[in-house]
Amino acid sequence: MPDGLPANVLPSDGLVIVAKRDCPTCVLIEPVMQSLDRAGPLAVISQDDPAFPAGVGRVIDDHDLERSFRLNIEAVPTLIRLKGGIEVERTVGWDRAEWIRLAGHAAAGDGLPAWQPGCGSKSVEPGVHEILVARYGDTGLKARTIAVGEWDDPMEACFERGWSDGLPVVPPTDDRILRMLGGTDRKPDEIVGIIPPNLVPCTVEKVAINAVMAGCKPEYMPVVLGVLEAALDPLFVLHGLLCTTHFSGPLVIINGPAAKAIGMNSGVNALGQGNRANATIGRALQLIVRNVGGGLPGGMDRATLGNPGKYTFCFAEDESDPDWEPLAQRRGIPAGKSAVTLFHGEGVNGFIDQKSRTPEELVRSLAMGLFGVGHPKLCLGGNAVLVLSPEHYKIFKDGGFNRRRIEDELYKALKRPGSELIRGAQGIAEGMPPSFADQVVDKFQPGGLLIVRAGGEAGLFSAIIGGWPGQSVRDECQAVTHEIR
Amino acid sequence: MNSATKLRDPTAETSPTRRARLAPPPSVAGKSVALMDIGKARGSEFIDRLEDHFKKAGVTTRRYRKPTNTKVAPTDLLQKIAAENQLAVIALSD
Repeated sequence: MPDGLPANVLPSDGLVIVAKRDCPTCVLIEPVMQSLDRAGPLAVISQDDPAFPAGVGRVIDDHDLERSFRLNIEAVPTLIRLKGGIEVERTVGWDRAEWIRLAGHAAAGDGLPAWQPGCGSKSVEPGVHEILVARYGDTGLKARTIAVGEWDDPMEACFERGWSDGLPVVPPTDDRILRMLGGTDRKPDEIVGIIPPNLVPCTVEKVAINAVMAGCKPEYMPVVLGVLEAALDPLFVLHGLLCTTHFSGPLVIINGPAAKAIGMNSGVNALGQGNRANATIGRALQLIVRNVGGGLPGGMDRATLGNPGKYTFCFAEDESDPDWEPLAQRRGIPAGKSAVTLFHGEGVNGFIDQKSRTPEELVRSLAMGLFGVGHPKLCLGGNAVLVLSPEHYKIFKDGGFNRRRIEDELYKALKRPGSELIRGAQGIAEGMPPSFADQVVDKFQPGGLLIVRAGGEAGLFSAIIGGWPGQSVRDECQAVTHEIR
Repeated sequence: MNSATKLRDPTAETSPTRRARLAPPPSVAGKSVALMDIGKARGSEFIDRLEDHFKKAGVTTRRYRKPTNTKVAPTDLLQKIAAENQLAVIALSD
Protein backbone atom coordinates (compact mmCIF):
# COMPACT_ATOMS: atom_id res chain seq x y z
CA MET A 1 0.00 0.00 0.00
CA PRO A 2 2.58 2.63 0.99
CA ASP A 3 2.01 5.51 -1.43
CA GLY A 4 2.80 8.43 0.86
CA LEU A 5 -0.79 9.51 1.27
CA PRO A 6 -2.37 10.13 4.68
CA ALA A 7 -4.44 7.16 5.81
CA ASN A 8 -7.78 8.92 5.31
CA VAL A 9 -7.17 10.18 1.75
CA LEU A 10 -8.39 8.37 -1.35
CA PRO A 11 -5.73 7.67 -4.00
CA SER A 12 -6.27 10.01 -6.95
CA ASP A 13 -5.17 7.24 -9.34
CA GLY A 14 -6.20 3.91 -7.93
CA LEU A 15 -9.05 1.90 -6.50
CA VAL A 16 -11.64 2.44 -3.80
CA ILE A 17 -13.79 -0.33 -2.36
CA VAL A 18 -16.76 0.41 -0.13
CA ALA A 19 -17.61 -2.54 2.11
CA LYS A 20 -19.10 -3.59 5.45
CA ARG A 21 -18.37 -6.58 7.67
CA ASP A 22 -22.09 -7.29 7.96
CA CYS A 23 -22.18 -8.19 4.23
CA PRO A 24 -21.35 -11.87 3.46
CA THR A 25 -20.16 -10.94 -0.02
CA CYS A 26 -17.74 -8.37 1.42
CA VAL A 27 -16.40 -11.03 3.80
CA LEU A 28 -16.13 -13.47 0.89
CA ILE A 29 -13.92 -11.10 -1.10
CA GLU A 30 -11.64 -10.12 1.80
CA PRO A 31 -8.72 -11.99 0.06
CA VAL A 32 -9.40 -10.01 -3.12
CA MET A 33 -9.14 -6.74 -1.19
CA GLN A 34 -5.85 -7.93 0.34
CA SER A 35 -4.56 -8.86 -3.12
CA LEU A 36 -5.55 -5.46 -4.55
CA ASP A 37 -3.85 -3.72 -1.62
CA ARG A 38 -0.59 -5.47 -2.45
CA ALA A 39 -0.96 -4.33 -6.07
CA GLY A 40 -2.02 -0.85 -4.87
CA PRO A 41 -2.92 1.89 -4.59
CA LEU A 42 -6.17 1.02 -2.78
CA ALA A 43 -8.39 2.47 -0.10
CA VAL A 44 -11.22 0.50 1.52
CA ILE A 45 -14.06 2.50 3.02
CA SER A 46 -15.48 0.35 5.82
CA GLN A 47 -19.00 1.23 6.91
CA ASP A 48 -19.31 -0.75 10.13
CA ASP A 49 -15.89 -1.95 11.33
CA PRO A 50 -12.55 -0.18 10.83
CA ALA A 51 -10.82 -3.55 11.54
CA PHE A 52 -12.42 -4.97 8.40
CA PRO A 53 -10.99 -6.03 6.04
CA ALA A 54 -7.90 -7.38 7.76
CA GLY A 55 -4.57 -7.17 6.00
CA VAL A 56 -5.33 -4.00 4.09
CA GLY A 57 -3.18 -0.93 4.70
CA ARG A 58 -5.64 1.89 4.16
CA VAL A 59 -9.03 1.25 5.73
CA ILE A 60 -11.09 4.40 6.22
CA ASP A 61 -13.60 4.27 9.04
CA ASP A 62 -16.95 5.41 7.64
CA HIS A 63 -19.16 4.89 10.68
CA ASP A 64 -20.70 8.30 10.03
CA LEU A 65 -21.34 7.20 6.40
CA GLU A 66 -20.28 10.57 5.03
CA ARG A 67 -18.00 9.05 2.42
CA SER A 68 -20.57 6.45 1.41
CA PHE A 69 -23.13 9.23 1.02
CA ARG A 70 -20.83 11.48 -0.99
CA LEU A 71 -19.88 8.56 -3.25
CA ASN A 72 -23.59 7.77 -3.69
CA ILE A 73 -23.11 4.13 -2.67
CA GLU A 74 -26.26 2.01 -2.95
CA ALA A 75 -24.82 -1.48 -2.38
CA VAL A 76 -21.65 -3.09 -1.05
CA PRO A 77 -19.13 -4.09 -2.09
CA THR A 78 -18.75 -1.32 -4.63
CA LEU A 79 -15.46 -1.13 -6.54
CA ILE A 80 -14.58 2.29 -7.93
CA ARG A 81 -11.67 3.18 -10.17
CA LEU A 82 -10.34 6.74 -9.85
CA LYS A 83 -8.22 8.58 -12.38
CA GLY A 84 -6.92 12.05 -11.62
CA GLY A 85 -9.17 12.09 -8.58
CA ILE A 86 -12.25 11.52 -10.76
CA GLU A 87 -14.35 8.37 -10.77
CA VAL A 88 -14.10 6.68 -14.13
CA GLU A 89 -15.82 3.34 -13.47
CA ARG A 90 -17.59 1.36 -10.78
CA THR A 91 -19.09 -2.07 -10.31
CA VAL A 92 -21.40 -3.32 -7.60
CA GLY A 93 -21.38 -6.73 -5.90
CA TRP A 94 -18.84 -9.45 -6.72
CA ASP A 95 -18.45 -10.30 -10.41
CA ARG A 96 -14.99 -11.71 -11.19
CA ALA A 97 -14.98 -10.65 -14.84
CA GLU A 98 -16.02 -7.11 -14.01
CA TRP A 99 -13.52 -6.78 -11.15
CA ILE A 100 -10.69 -8.03 -13.40
CA ARG A 101 -11.73 -5.59 -16.10
CA LEU A 102 -11.65 -2.67 -13.64
CA ALA A 103 -8.73 -3.71 -11.42
CA GLY A 104 -6.63 -6.26 -13.30
CA HIS A 105 -5.75 -9.83 -12.43
CA ALA A 106 -5.00 -8.98 -8.80
CA ALA A 107 -8.80 -9.04 -8.49
CA ALA A 108 -9.17 -12.60 -9.81
CA GLY A 109 -10.14 -14.11 -6.46
CA ASP A 110 -9.03 -17.63 -7.21
CA GLY A 111 -11.29 -20.18 -5.58
CA LEU A 112 -14.22 -17.80 -5.16
CA PRO A 113 -17.50 -18.21 -7.01
CA ALA A 114 -17.63 -16.23 -10.23
CA TRP A 115 -20.48 -14.09 -9.07
CA GLN A 116 -22.34 -13.16 -5.87
CA PRO A 117 -24.65 -10.21 -5.32
CA GLY A 118 -23.82 -7.67 -2.65
CA CYS A 119 -25.89 -6.15 0.17
CA GLY A 120 -27.56 -2.80 0.62
CA SER A 121 -25.33 0.04 1.69
CA LYS A 122 -25.86 1.28 5.26
CA SER A 123 -26.16 4.75 3.79
CA VAL A 124 -29.45 3.90 2.08
CA GLU A 125 -31.11 2.01 4.91
CA PRO A 126 -34.61 3.29 5.74
CA GLY A 127 -34.41 6.57 7.56
CA VAL A 128 -30.63 6.83 7.23
CA HIS A 129 -30.50 8.51 3.85
CA GLU A 130 -32.52 11.52 5.06
CA ILE A 131 -30.18 11.96 8.04
CA LEU A 132 -27.20 11.97 5.67
CA VAL A 133 -28.86 14.48 3.35
CA ALA A 134 -29.56 16.69 6.35
CA ARG A 135 -25.93 16.42 7.52
CA TYR A 136 -23.95 16.47 4.31
CA GLY A 137 -26.25 17.28 1.40
CA ASP A 138 -28.64 19.90 0.11
CA THR A 139 -32.03 19.47 1.76
CA GLY A 140 -33.71 21.96 -0.57
CA LEU A 141 -35.86 23.02 2.38
CA LYS A 142 -36.92 26.65 2.31
CA ALA A 143 -38.29 27.21 5.82
CA ARG A 144 -35.90 29.20 7.93
CA THR A 145 -33.83 27.41 10.51
CA ILE A 146 -34.21 28.02 14.22
CA ALA A 147 -31.11 27.23 16.25
CA VAL A 148 -31.61 25.61 19.63
CA GLY A 149 -28.83 25.81 22.18
CA GLU A 150 -26.64 22.74 22.54
CA TRP A 151 -27.84 22.12 26.08
CA ASP A 152 -31.47 23.05 25.52
CA ASP A 153 -34.24 20.51 25.05
CA PRO A 154 -35.64 20.93 21.51
CA MET A 155 -39.08 19.83 22.70
CA GLU A 156 -39.11 22.58 25.32
CA ALA A 157 -37.90 25.04 22.67
CA CYS A 158 -40.99 24.21 20.61
CA PHE A 159 -43.21 24.99 23.61
CA GLU A 160 -41.39 28.24 24.31
CA ARG A 161 -41.83 29.41 20.76
CA GLY A 162 -45.56 28.78 20.89
CA TRP A 163 -45.58 26.00 18.29
CA SER A 164 -47.49 23.53 20.43
CA ASP A 165 -51.16 22.92 21.12
CA GLY A 166 -50.25 22.22 24.74
CA LEU A 167 -48.99 18.68 24.21
CA PRO A 168 -45.39 17.90 23.30
CA VAL A 169 -44.58 18.09 19.60
CA VAL A 170 -41.93 16.17 17.70
CA PRO A 171 -39.09 18.65 16.99
CA PRO A 172 -39.10 19.36 13.24
CA THR A 173 -35.55 18.47 12.23
CA ASP A 174 -34.43 18.31 8.62
CA ASP A 175 -34.19 14.53 8.49
CA ARG A 176 -37.73 14.13 9.84
CA ILE A 177 -39.09 16.71 7.42
CA LEU A 178 -37.34 15.04 4.47
CA ARG A 179 -38.81 11.68 5.51
CA MET A 180 -42.25 13.27 5.75
CA LEU A 181 -41.88 14.83 2.30
CA GLY A 182 -41.04 11.35 1.03
CA GLY A 183 -44.65 10.43 1.75
CA THR A 184 -45.94 12.54 -1.12
CA ASP A 185 -44.88 13.11 -4.72
CA ARG A 186 -46.01 16.71 -4.53
CA LYS A 187 -43.27 19.33 -4.71
CA PRO A 188 -42.23 20.90 -1.39
CA ASP A 189 -42.74 24.42 -2.72
CA GLU A 190 -46.25 23.78 -4.07
CA ILE A 191 -48.81 26.05 -2.43
CA VAL A 192 -51.61 23.96 -0.95
CA GLY A 193 -53.79 26.92 -0.06
CA ILE A 194 -54.22 30.09 1.96
CA ILE A 195 -54.53 29.43 5.68
CA PRO A 196 -56.81 31.57 7.84
CA PRO A 197 -56.95 33.64 9.89
CA ASN A 198 -53.82 35.42 8.69
CA LEU A 199 -54.36 34.29 5.08
CA VAL A 200 -50.87 32.88 4.69
CA PRO A 201 -49.90 30.71 1.69
CA CYS A 202 -48.99 27.25 2.93
CA THR A 203 -46.52 25.07 1.05
CA VAL A 204 -46.30 21.30 1.08
CA GLU A 205 -43.07 21.80 3.05
CA LYS A 206 -44.89 23.71 5.81
CA VAL A 207 -47.52 20.97 5.88
CA ALA A 208 -44.73 18.40 6.28
CA ILE A 209 -43.12 20.37 9.12
CA ASN A 210 -46.38 20.55 11.03
CA ALA A 211 -47.15 16.90 10.25
CA VAL A 212 -43.78 15.99 11.79
CA MET A 213 -44.66 18.00 14.88
CA ALA A 214 -48.08 16.34 15.11
CA GLY A 215 -46.43 12.91 15.10
CA CYS A 216 -47.55 11.76 11.64
CA LYS A 217 -45.82 9.04 9.67
CA PRO A 218 -44.75 9.91 6.11
CA GLU A 219 -47.43 7.65 4.64
CA TYR A 220 -50.09 9.87 6.22
CA MET A 221 -49.04 12.84 4.07
CA PRO A 222 -51.55 12.32 1.22
CA VAL A 223 -54.34 12.19 3.80
CA VAL A 224 -53.05 15.24 5.68
CA LEU A 225 -52.86 17.17 2.41
CA GLY A 226 -56.36 16.02 1.47
CA VAL A 227 -57.70 17.06 4.86
CA LEU A 228 -56.12 20.49 4.54
CA GLU A 229 -57.46 21.02 1.02
CA ALA A 230 -60.95 20.08 2.20
CA ALA A 231 -60.64 22.41 5.19
CA LEU A 232 -59.76 25.25 2.82
CA ASP A 233 -62.89 24.72 0.70
CA PRO A 234 -64.70 28.06 1.06
CA LEU A 235 -67.90 26.18 1.86
CA PHE A 236 -66.29 24.83 5.02
CA VAL A 237 -65.68 28.39 6.36
CA LEU A 238 -62.57 27.48 8.33
CA HIS A 239 -61.98 31.08 9.38
CA GLY A 240 -65.43 31.34 10.94
CA LEU A 241 -65.09 27.97 12.62
CA LEU A 242 -61.79 29.04 14.13
CA CYS A 243 -62.98 32.34 15.55
CA THR A 244 -66.42 31.26 16.79
CA THR A 245 -67.32 31.41 20.47
CA HIS A 246 -69.10 28.06 19.95
CA PHE A 247 -67.57 24.69 20.90
CA SER A 248 -66.96 23.40 17.39
CA GLY A 249 -63.77 22.50 15.61
CA PRO A 250 -62.93 20.45 12.52
CA LEU A 251 -64.11 16.82 12.67
CA VAL A 252 -62.30 14.66 10.11
CA ILE A 253 -63.87 11.46 8.74
CA ILE A 254 -61.80 9.34 6.34
CA ASN A 255 -63.28 6.87 3.85
CA GLY A 256 -61.78 4.49 1.34
CA PRO A 257 -58.57 2.51 0.86
CA ALA A 258 -56.30 5.23 2.32
CA ALA A 259 -57.85 4.72 5.75
CA LYS A 260 -57.05 1.00 5.66
CA ALA A 261 -53.61 1.52 4.16
CA ILE A 262 -52.45 3.70 7.03
CA GLY A 263 -54.17 1.63 9.71
CA MET A 264 -56.84 4.07 10.85
CA ASN A 265 -59.24 2.96 13.53
CA SER A 266 -62.93 2.63 12.73
CA GLY A 267 -63.62 -0.01 15.38
CA VAL A 268 -63.25 -0.23 19.15
CA ASN A 269 -62.80 3.24 20.64
CA ALA A 270 -62.82 4.81 17.16
CA LEU A 271 -63.59 8.25 18.58
CA GLY A 272 -61.05 7.86 21.37
CA GLN A 273 -57.34 7.61 21.89
CA GLY A 274 -54.79 4.99 20.89
CA ASN A 275 -54.45 5.06 17.11
CA ARG A 276 -51.56 7.05 15.70
CA ALA A 277 -53.16 7.94 12.37
CA ASN A 278 -56.46 9.02 13.94
CA ALA A 279 -54.62 11.05 16.56
CA THR A 280 -52.01 12.78 14.45
CA ILE A 281 -53.88 13.57 11.22
CA GLY A 282 -56.48 15.62 13.05
CA ARG A 283 -53.74 17.22 15.12
CA ALA A 284 -51.71 18.14 12.03
CA LEU A 285 -54.64 20.16 10.69
CA GLN A 286 -54.94 22.02 13.98
CA LEU A 287 -51.19 22.73 14.14
CA ILE A 288 -51.20 24.11 10.58
CA VAL A 289 -54.03 26.47 11.47
CA ARG A 290 -52.19 27.46 14.64
CA ASN A 291 -48.67 27.83 13.29
CA VAL A 292 -49.09 28.81 9.65
CA GLY A 293 -52.46 30.55 9.91
CA GLY A 294 -51.79 32.12 13.30
CA GLY A 295 -55.08 30.90 14.79
CA LEU A 296 -54.37 30.92 18.51
CA PRO A 297 -56.79 30.28 21.38
CA GLY A 298 -57.51 33.59 23.03
CA GLY A 299 -56.34 35.33 19.86
CA MET A 300 -58.51 34.72 16.86
CA ASP A 301 -59.93 31.55 18.43
CA ARG A 302 -62.62 32.98 20.70
CA ALA A 303 -64.24 29.73 21.91
CA THR A 304 -66.10 30.19 25.16
CA LEU A 305 -65.30 26.63 26.24
CA GLY A 306 -63.97 24.80 23.18
CA ASN A 307 -63.91 21.02 23.24
CA PRO A 308 -61.21 18.33 23.59
CA GLY A 309 -61.63 17.50 19.90
CA LYS A 310 -59.79 20.71 19.10
CA TYR A 311 -56.56 18.85 19.85
CA THR A 312 -57.58 16.28 17.26
CA PHE A 313 -60.86 14.77 16.08
CA CYS A 314 -60.41 12.23 13.33
CA PHE A 315 -61.59 8.70 12.61
CA ALA A 316 -62.35 6.36 9.74
CA GLU A 317 -65.69 4.89 8.75
CA ASP A 318 -66.28 1.15 9.12
CA GLU A 319 -66.78 0.00 5.53
CA SER A 320 -66.68 -3.71 6.28
CA ASP A 321 -70.35 -4.34 5.42
CA PRO A 322 -70.85 -4.36 1.63
CA ASP A 323 -74.54 -3.56 2.17
CA TRP A 324 -73.66 -0.22 3.75
CA GLU A 325 -73.19 2.81 1.52
CA PRO A 326 -70.17 4.67 2.97
CA LEU A 327 -70.49 8.33 3.80
CA ALA A 328 -68.14 9.50 1.04
CA GLN A 329 -70.10 7.63 -1.63
CA ARG A 330 -73.35 9.02 -0.26
CA ARG A 331 -71.77 12.42 -0.80
CA GLY A 332 -70.71 11.80 -4.41
CA ILE A 333 -67.28 10.18 -4.26
CA PRO A 334 -66.93 7.10 -6.53
CA ALA A 335 -66.56 3.72 -4.83
CA GLY A 336 -62.96 2.65 -4.34
CA LYS A 337 -61.70 6.22 -3.95
CA SER A 338 -60.38 7.66 -0.73
CA ALA A 339 -62.03 10.76 0.64
CA VAL A 340 -62.18 13.10 3.57
CA THR A 341 -65.34 14.58 5.01
CA LEU A 342 -64.97 17.59 7.24
CA PHE A 343 -67.72 18.59 9.64
CA HIS A 344 -67.93 21.36 12.22
CA GLY A 345 -68.08 19.08 15.28
CA GLU A 346 -68.73 20.21 18.83
CA GLY A 347 -67.93 16.97 20.64
CA VAL A 348 -69.30 13.52 21.34
CA ASN A 349 -72.69 13.13 22.95
CA GLY A 350 -73.29 9.52 23.94
CA PHE A 351 -76.66 8.04 22.94
CA ILE A 352 -77.88 4.98 24.86
CA ASP A 353 -80.73 2.73 23.72
CA GLN A 354 -80.57 -0.84 24.94
CA LYS A 355 -84.27 -1.61 24.56
CA SER A 356 -85.22 -0.90 20.94
CA ARG A 357 -85.42 -4.07 18.86
CA THR A 358 -87.00 -2.82 15.63
CA PRO A 359 -85.86 -0.10 13.21
CA GLU A 360 -89.03 1.86 13.87
CA GLU A 361 -88.40 1.93 17.63
CA LEU A 362 -84.78 2.90 17.15
CA VAL A 363 -85.63 5.69 14.69
CA ARG A 364 -88.01 7.28 17.18
CA SER A 365 -85.47 6.90 19.95
CA LEU A 366 -82.58 8.33 17.93
CA ALA A 367 -84.74 11.25 16.85
CA MET A 368 -85.38 12.08 20.50
CA GLY A 369 -81.64 12.13 21.07
CA LEU A 370 -80.97 14.19 17.97
CA PHE A 371 -83.51 16.82 18.98
CA GLY A 372 -81.10 17.72 21.77
CA VAL A 373 -78.40 18.96 19.40
CA GLY A 374 -77.66 22.57 20.34
CA HIS A 375 -80.94 22.94 22.19
CA PRO A 376 -84.11 20.81 21.98
CA LYS A 377 -86.11 23.83 20.86
CA LEU A 378 -83.66 25.06 18.23
CA CYS A 379 -83.94 23.75 14.65
CA LEU A 380 -82.36 24.40 11.26
CA GLY A 381 -79.23 25.71 12.96
CA GLY A 382 -76.37 23.36 13.65
CA ASN A 383 -76.44 20.02 11.88
CA ALA A 384 -75.18 16.69 13.23
CA VAL A 385 -73.17 13.56 12.61
CA LEU A 386 -74.72 10.32 13.84
CA VAL A 387 -72.10 7.62 14.44
CA LEU A 388 -73.99 4.33 14.32
CA SER A 389 -72.42 1.55 16.33
CA PRO A 390 -72.44 -2.03 14.99
CA GLU A 391 -75.17 -3.21 17.39
CA HIS A 392 -77.50 -0.33 16.58
CA TYR A 393 -76.76 -0.77 12.86
CA LYS A 394 -77.62 -4.47 13.14
CA ILE A 395 -81.13 -3.59 14.29
CA PHE A 396 -81.57 -1.51 11.15
CA LYS A 397 -79.99 -4.09 8.87
CA ASP A 398 -82.01 -6.99 10.28
CA GLY A 399 -85.14 -4.90 9.77
CA GLY A 400 -84.29 -4.22 6.12
CA PHE A 401 -83.24 -0.59 6.56
CA ASN A 402 -80.29 0.57 4.43
CA ARG A 403 -78.61 3.99 4.70
CA ARG A 404 -81.18 5.79 2.54
CA ARG A 405 -84.09 4.31 4.47
CA ILE A 406 -82.54 5.24 7.81
CA GLU A 407 -82.01 8.79 6.59
CA ASP A 408 -85.56 9.10 5.26
CA GLU A 409 -87.18 7.72 8.39
CA LEU A 410 -85.06 9.90 10.66
CA TYR A 411 -85.98 13.02 8.70
CA LYS A 412 -89.64 12.18 9.08
CA ALA A 413 -89.16 11.58 12.79
CA LEU A 414 -87.23 14.82 13.22
CA LYS A 415 -90.18 17.07 12.42
CA ARG A 416 -92.00 18.90 15.18
CA PRO A 417 -94.85 21.40 15.45
CA GLY A 418 -93.50 24.93 15.57
CA SER A 419 -95.91 25.75 18.39
CA GLU A 420 -93.81 23.55 20.71
CA LEU A 421 -90.58 25.19 19.60
CA ILE A 422 -91.16 28.92 19.54
CA ARG A 423 -89.63 31.19 22.12
CA GLY A 424 -91.52 30.96 25.38
CA ALA A 425 -93.23 27.66 24.53
CA GLN A 426 -93.04 25.04 27.30
CA GLY A 427 -92.04 27.82 29.68
CA ILE A 428 -88.57 28.12 28.08
CA ALA A 429 -87.40 31.41 26.67
CA GLU A 430 -85.04 29.86 24.13
CA GLY A 431 -86.58 28.62 20.91
CA MET A 432 -87.50 29.35 17.32
CA PRO A 433 -88.83 32.76 16.19
CA PRO A 434 -92.63 33.19 16.54
CA SER A 435 -93.02 33.03 12.74
CA PHE A 436 -92.53 29.24 12.98
CA ALA A 437 -95.58 28.80 15.24
CA ASP A 438 -97.84 27.39 12.53
CA GLN A 439 -95.22 25.35 10.68
CA VAL A 440 -93.96 21.81 10.95
CA VAL A 441 -90.25 22.33 11.49
CA ASP A 442 -87.35 20.07 10.50
CA LYS A 443 -84.60 19.69 13.09
CA PHE A 444 -81.84 19.81 10.48
CA GLN A 445 -81.23 21.40 7.10
CA PRO A 446 -81.74 19.10 4.07
CA GLY A 447 -78.68 16.84 3.97
CA GLY A 448 -77.65 18.17 7.34
CA LEU A 449 -77.60 14.82 9.15
CA LEU A 450 -74.50 12.81 8.25
CA ILE A 451 -74.66 9.14 9.20
CA VAL A 452 -71.44 7.16 9.53
CA ARG A 453 -70.70 3.68 10.87
CA ALA A 454 -67.97 3.10 13.44
CA GLY A 455 -67.33 1.50 16.79
CA GLY A 456 -66.70 -1.76 18.60
CA GLU A 457 -68.89 -4.83 18.26
CA ALA A 458 -70.34 -4.65 21.76
CA GLY A 459 -72.56 -1.86 23.02
CA LEU A 460 -76.00 -0.58 22.12
CA PHE A 461 -74.60 2.94 22.07
CA SER A 462 -74.23 5.39 19.24
CA ALA A 463 -72.74 8.87 19.17
CA ILE A 464 -74.29 12.18 18.25
CA ILE A 465 -71.86 14.90 17.27
CA GLY A 466 -73.53 18.26 17.14
CA GLY A 467 -72.56 20.84 14.53
CA TRP A 468 -72.09 24.58 14.43
CA PRO A 469 -74.79 27.28 14.21
CA GLY A 470 -72.85 28.71 11.27
CA GLN A 471 -74.30 25.82 9.25
CA SER A 472 -77.70 27.49 9.41
CA VAL A 473 -76.89 29.44 6.25
CA ARG A 474 -76.85 26.37 4.04
CA ASP A 475 -75.49 27.99 0.88
CA GLU A 476 -72.56 29.48 2.74
CA CYS A 477 -71.45 26.87 5.23
CA GLN A 478 -71.68 23.09 5.07
CA ALA A 479 -69.78 19.91 5.69
CA VAL A 480 -67.51 19.19 2.74
CA THR A 481 -66.28 15.95 1.17
CA HIS A 482 -63.17 15.83 -1.02
CA GLU A 483 -61.42 13.01 -2.77
CA ILE A 484 -57.89 12.40 -1.48
CA ARG A 485 -55.43 12.69 -4.37
CA MET B 1 -24.35 21.90 18.51
CA ASN B 2 -25.66 18.64 17.07
CA SER B 3 -28.10 18.13 14.22
CA ALA B 4 -31.04 17.73 16.60
CA THR B 5 -30.69 21.34 17.66
CA LYS B 6 -31.48 22.88 14.29
CA LEU B 7 -35.21 23.07 13.71
CA ARG B 8 -37.28 24.35 10.81
CA ASP B 9 -39.81 27.06 11.48
CA PRO B 10 -43.38 25.72 11.22
CA THR B 11 -44.91 29.19 11.18
CA ALA B 12 -45.56 31.83 8.56
CA GLU B 13 -42.20 33.37 9.52
CA THR B 14 -43.66 36.79 10.19
CA SER B 15 -41.85 37.29 13.50
CA PRO B 16 -38.10 37.49 14.20
CA THR B 17 -36.29 34.21 14.87
CA ARG B 18 -35.00 35.61 18.16
CA ARG B 19 -37.79 35.70 20.67
CA ALA B 20 -38.51 39.27 21.72
CA ARG B 21 -38.24 40.27 25.37
CA LEU B 22 -41.47 41.16 27.07
CA ALA B 23 -42.13 44.84 26.65
CA PRO B 24 -41.69 46.84 29.88
CA PRO B 25 -44.97 48.00 31.37
CA PRO B 26 -45.99 51.58 30.52
CA SER B 27 -46.35 52.29 34.25
CA VAL B 28 -45.66 50.55 37.57
CA ALA B 29 -48.60 52.30 39.25
CA GLY B 30 -50.88 49.84 41.03
CA LYS B 31 -48.53 46.92 40.44
CA SER B 32 -46.64 44.84 42.97
CA VAL B 33 -42.93 44.42 42.37
CA ALA B 34 -41.05 41.36 43.58
CA LEU B 35 -37.52 42.08 44.79
CA MET B 36 -35.55 38.88 44.49
CA ASP B 37 -32.28 38.56 46.36
CA ILE B 38 -30.29 35.90 44.55
CA GLY B 39 -28.08 35.43 47.62
CA LYS B 40 -24.79 36.81 46.39
CA ALA B 41 -22.61 39.12 48.45
CA ARG B 42 -24.10 42.59 49.06
CA GLY B 43 -27.07 41.83 46.88
CA SER B 44 -29.33 42.73 49.79
CA GLU B 45 -27.83 46.24 49.91
CA PHE B 46 -28.81 46.76 46.28
CA ILE B 47 -32.30 45.45 47.04
CA ASP B 48 -32.55 47.83 50.04
CA ARG B 49 -31.79 50.82 47.82
CA LEU B 50 -34.32 49.71 45.23
CA GLU B 51 -36.93 49.19 47.89
CA ASP B 52 -36.42 52.75 49.12
CA HIS B 53 -36.85 54.12 45.63
CA PHE B 54 -40.03 52.11 45.04
CA LYS B 55 -41.44 53.20 48.43
CA LYS B 56 -40.83 56.85 47.64
CA ALA B 57 -42.65 56.32 44.35
CA GLY B 58 -45.57 54.69 46.15
CA VAL B 59 -45.06 51.29 44.58
CA THR B 60 -45.78 48.11 46.54
CA THR B 61 -42.84 45.72 46.86
CA ARG B 62 -42.39 42.23 48.25
CA ARG B 63 -39.02 40.68 49.03
CA TYR B 64 -37.87 37.13 48.29
CA ARG B 65 -34.59 35.30 48.58
CA LYS B 66 -33.21 32.24 46.89
CA PRO B 67 -32.15 29.48 49.33
CA THR B 68 -28.71 29.36 47.74
CA ASN B 69 -26.96 31.45 45.14
CA THR B 70 -25.45 28.45 43.39
CA LYS B 71 -28.63 26.93 42.01
CA VAL B 72 -31.63 28.22 40.13
CA ALA B 73 -34.59 29.33 42.23
CA PRO B 74 -36.93 26.47 43.23
CA THR B 75 -40.16 26.21 41.28
CA ASP B 76 -42.42 26.91 44.26
CA LEU B 77 -40.58 30.18 44.91
CA LEU B 78 -40.97 31.26 41.27
CA GLN B 79 -44.68 30.31 41.36
CA LYS B 80 -45.13 32.32 44.60
CA ILE B 81 -43.48 35.36 43.04
CA ALA B 82 -45.62 35.07 39.90
CA ALA B 83 -48.81 34.65 41.94
CA GLU B 84 -48.16 37.65 44.21
CA ASN B 85 -46.65 40.17 41.79
CA GLN B 86 -46.86 41.59 38.32
CA LEU B 87 -43.19 42.61 38.01
CA ALA B 88 -39.91 41.31 39.39
CA VAL B 89 -36.40 42.61 39.88
CA ILE B 90 -33.70 39.98 40.06
CA ALA B 91 -30.81 41.63 41.83
CA LEU B 92 -27.29 41.12 40.62
CA SER B 93 -24.30 41.92 42.75
CA ASP B 94 -20.50 41.49 43.05
